[in-house]
Amino acid sequence: MNTVRAGAVPVVEWVRVHPLAVRITHWINAIAIFMMVASGWKIYNAAPLFEFTFPKDLTLGGWLGGALQWHFAAMWLLAANGLAYLVYGIASGHLWRRFLPVSPAAVLRDVLDALRGKLAHDDLSVYNAAQRAAYLTLMLCGIVLVFSGLAIWKPVQLQELTALLGGYEGARVVHFLAMSLLVFVVLVHLLMVALVPRTLPTMVTGRARRPS
Amino acid sequence: MKRRPPSLADQSASRIQKIERRLFLRRGLSLGALALLSGCELTDDEGVQKVLWAMSRWNDRAQAWLFNPDKLAPEYPESAITQPFPFNAYYAEDEVRVVDGTGYKLELAGLIRDRKPWTLPELYTLPQSSQITRHICVEGWSAIGKWSGVRFRTFLERIGADLSAKYVGFKCADDYYSSIDMATALHPQTLLSFRFADEVLPPKYGFPMKLRIPTKLGFKNPKQITAMFVTNTYPGGYWEDQGYNWFSGS
Repeated sequence: MNTVRAGAVPVVEWVRVHPLAVRITHWINAIAIFMMVASGWKIYNAAPLFEFTFPKDLTLGGWLGGALQWHFAAMWLLAANGLAYLVYGIASGHLWRRFLPVSPAAVLRDVLDALRGKLAHDDLSVYNAAQRAAYLTLMLCGIVLVFSGLAIWKPVQLQELTALLGGYEGARVVHFLAMSLLVFVVLVHLLMVALVPRTLPTMVTGRARRPS
Repeated sequence: MKRRPPSLADQSASRIQKIERRLFLRRGLSLGALALLSGCELTDDEGVQKVLWAMSRWNDRAQAWLFNPDKLAPEYPESAITQPFPFNAYYAEDEVRVVDGTGYKLELAGLIRDRKPWTLPELYTLPQSSQITRHICVEGWSAIGKWSGVRFRTFLERIGADLSAKYVGFKCADDYYSSIDMATALHPQTLLSFRFADEVLPPKYGFPMKLRIPTKLGFKNPKQITAMFVTNTYPGGYWEDQGYNWFSGS
């Protein structure tokens, strides 16, 4: 009978990084954001606000009617999932624990470090200041997108909200700008995942190797 | 040494490995295929279509629930009117059909007590009012215009329409057709309009009449109406049957 040779398999210590609720809502959100942005670009193309349109291959829906169907179906997924995340984040204290404090000075320092390729990612269970700012920006964008979207969708029934956002045409611009910022932060996020690939399985399993 | 036949455990282990590899490959392929799929092809998938249409029907119900019959669309001063007001239809402007007003009669059908057709002079004798409201197109653009005519509610009451019915449907001279919910038909700003910018509606804006509904998207405002009917059977519409949301409330 073979004896188990201690030390042959290195003992790996795992730490829990992302709670299950965060992982589930993260991936549902990723799908919902993809559907909303890709269909939204097709809707934008039907009456462009600015002097450009989005490449057809990056859009979803085939034609305006299809894109609207996607947009108005996925909006429920986005809103319900976002609400679930916020309720969980507030009730469990996850939001305060992981995202606060976030000081502008620390964010600036971390962003500069990241640009020089010096940002430390030793402990994945703690968000650095740049991450905190990025994810909070995404949450804020999501909230602005939902409200400006409602203002565009219901400029009569929710006209007080629409007026607050600069009227129907103003709300369209707000919706577009919030989308632009969101897409920018998502692209940076994806770039960071590509640079620190071990963060990807962590968002699936929830675990990361304990830093040695 | 005698060759030992591979044990059952070995066999199944290698088989599992193969299956796993195959699954991994297939998953990778389908991910790739998904990435390559244009939005069009994904949208054309039968299962996807079913979900999207079901969600659109769900959105009809959600909007009917959200619709407040007393909430008025914002009105604007004359100075806010968009000049020139954009033309829009499912055809180009040079294909606009011109309806002859002299022989024109509005046909009535369905759950209506008095289905006698109406001539234009008869319609013009009904009490008239005006509104300056924002027309919002399903494409996203908007324009402010001035429409004048009879409150649709007044007309429905005059002809003895069944106001508890679900839908009012419209047929138009340009082969367009559409339908609306009764709650919207009875809204105080829903106007059977005969005039645009204080002039008789030109053909491109819907002569002899356009149902102006400031609480719905532009394509729900039928032009060149030749017949209308009241019904409890879902009538659909030209764009609605192709995928635009039926309720399309603002």
